[in-house]
Amino acid sequence: MALWKTLKPVFWDYVDAAAGPFARLFNFRRMWQLTVLLTVGVAVVPLVAITAVDYQVTQNSIESEIALRTSRLVSNTRRAISFFLEERRSALDFIVRDNSFESLNDPERLQAILNNLKRSFGGFTDLGVIDPLGYQRIYVGPYKLEGVDYSEQAWYREVLERGVHISDVFLGFRQVPHLIIAVRHDVGSGVHFVLRATLDTERFNHLISYPEVAGGGDAFLINRDGKLQTPSLSHGSVLDSLSLPVPALSQNTELVETKDAKGRLNIVGYAYIEQTPFILMIVKNKNELMQPWYKTRLQLMGFLAGSITIILVVILGVATYLVNRIYLADQKRITMLHQVEYSNKMATIGRLAAGVAHEINNPLAVINEKAGLIKDLFTMRKECAQDEKLMKSINAVLSSVERCAKITRRLLGFMRNTGVVAERIDLKETTKEVLAFLGKEAEYRSFHIAIHMEDDVPLITSDRGRLQEIFLNVVNNSFAAMQDGGHLEVTVRRSGEDLVAVTIRDDGCGIPKADLERVFEPFFSTKSGKGGTGLGLSITSGLVQELGGDIRVESEAGKGTSFTVILPITPRKKE
Amino acid sequence: MKVLLVDDEHELVSTLAERLSLRGIQADWAVSGEQALALAERNSYDVAVLDVKIPRMSGLELKRRLNLARPAMKFIFMTGHGSEDDFRSCAAETDEGCYLVKPVNIEDLIRKMNELLTASEERP
Repeated sequence: MALWKTLKPVFWDYVDAAAGPFARLFNFRRMWQLTVLLTVGVAVVPLVAITAVDYQVTQNSIESEIALRTSRLVSNTRRAISFFLEERRSALDFIVRDNSFESLNDPERLQAILNNLKRSFGGFTDLGVIDPLGYQRIYVGPYKLEGVDYSEQAWYREVLERGVHISDVFLGFRQVPHLIIAVRHDVGSGVHFVLRATLDTERFNHLISYPEVAGGGDAFLINRDGKLQTPSLSHGSVLDSLSLPVPALSQNTELVETKDAKGRLNIVGYAYIEQTPFILMIVKNKNELMQPWYKTRLQLMGFLAGSITIILVVILGVATYLVNRIYLADQKRITMLHQVEYSNKMATIGRLAAGVAHEINNPLAVINEKAGLIKDLFTMRKECAQDEKLMKSINAVLSSVERCAKITRRLLGFMRNTGVVAERIDLKETTKEVLAFLGKEAEYRSFHIAIHMEDDVPLITSDRGRLQEIFLNVVNNSFAAMQDGGHLEVTVRRSGEDLVAVTIRDDGCGIPKADLERVFEPFFSTKSGKGGTGLGLSITSGLVQELGGDIRVESEAGKGTSFTVILPITPRKKE
Repeated sequence: MKVLLVDDEHELVSTLAERLSLRGIQADWAVSGEQALALAERNSYDVAVLDVKIPRMSGLELKRRLNLARPAMKFIFMTGHGSEDDFRSCAAETDEGCYLVKPVNIEDLIRKMNELLTASEERP
């Protein structure tokens, strides 16, 4: 809250009470909000939109590239494995075609063939020839398997049926994974025999692990029961059951996304290898593969957040600055309007007063002459000249005319703007003169008057007549407010480098707070019905301003009022 | 001393003329500029007392035209309007600044006229 208080722009809570139907024009908070909203909208929305689109496009392209790479890897590897198995099958096929059943039944010959196979292809462990009845007639290899009856076994039936059989992987005699390839050979007239070979899967593993599977990936073969046929990096070793489900049968290379037991998202590419029980699987951790993208994404988001922050800061700053300027300009405008209004008012009053004075002066002049003539005539006739009552009356008329003339001249003087005459003036002398002028009244009402003059008050350069009028008006005003026997205190002191302050303090009735602001307004009078014109203080204020000074008032109802006239020691040059 | 009084206020000029004659000053009066010019044609006056504002012709214009006819004539202006413009233009027209605000005290007027005449006698 404290921060908001310091940051809150000055226009925030401003309400122009005088704006009326145009208040909307001066609702600066609304103006600011609208500006900020529109600018932020225009700047941020396209930025966010472009970023979102870019995000989507980049993510999609990265994902599709991963998919493409994975499926390509799967197909290539499948082809390699197919080819590998096909090659060995073909080798066996060649052997059965090249050799007669009789020659294959010769153990030495068979041993020679096995040795050749080992040397040229590698990985062959044993060879056996199975006669048409299903008995293994000859066997070369590490076991004693001669005479074993295979006729009831599933693989044997399959090889008879389809001509070739490739078995699941099993652990051989040295606990090394092996698989069996068997081919049937028809000798003619419905007679056939089978050549069976065992291969270790060492070479196989090379084929599968050679693909450089990026991103914590794994490549392996499983059989259709979900048993691992080759070792894997993170899905178990040979003949373990795979934790992932066995994928659905498909002719083509397929890609699926699955979640593993640990909740990681995996991309699984698989392919069924034809005529074998094997399914090639390549499993990649998607998170791992997307890592570079996540890094880029973080940068993108950081850039977006940074840009939005900068945009917001700039927009808020600029909007606040501009609206503030408009607000200040508007405040200036209002002040000017008030000033114009005030000076118009003053000018109108001045013209009015002068007009009234002029209009009254003419009939007053006639009264003056007529009364003067009457007086002249009376003075010439002895009987009238000695009539005291007549002479008194006519003198009263003439002195009343003189009083009226004084008032009208003062009103005219209010308008007459004769130049200020500059003199060196001792303020104490001037105030004394003024108080002496009012001495009779002060004496009569037994006022206590004190003058305090501080020592460091210099002579000032100003207009004596105006100063007298100013002090006269203020003191008169005080006298009117005071009870008989009241106290009046005049203090003259220096106020700052080049100013002098004259304070006139009374203990009169004071001015209510509500009226205090208006005491310098023309025709504002509280002495209604008591002969006040409401012009005295207004004229005084005008005179003080003419002298380049300032007048202030402080008052407390019932306790008294103090007027302070502040005057420059030397008149300021007019601008 | 012969005086010409010009003011559109008939009661004012006539009474003023009468009061002056009571004091031994011969005073003629006119309520318009034309009348005043006609009087000045026929008689010669030492001093003319003019209102600054008379109908159809301003006091200042009347002063210029009287001055043509009677170059020796002295002028005093009277005005009901104490505006600064009046004061300045009158001060420009008359060297001594003979400018009185209505209502005029007759003693002041006579003193002013005497001052003017003695001043002109001192520098013939």
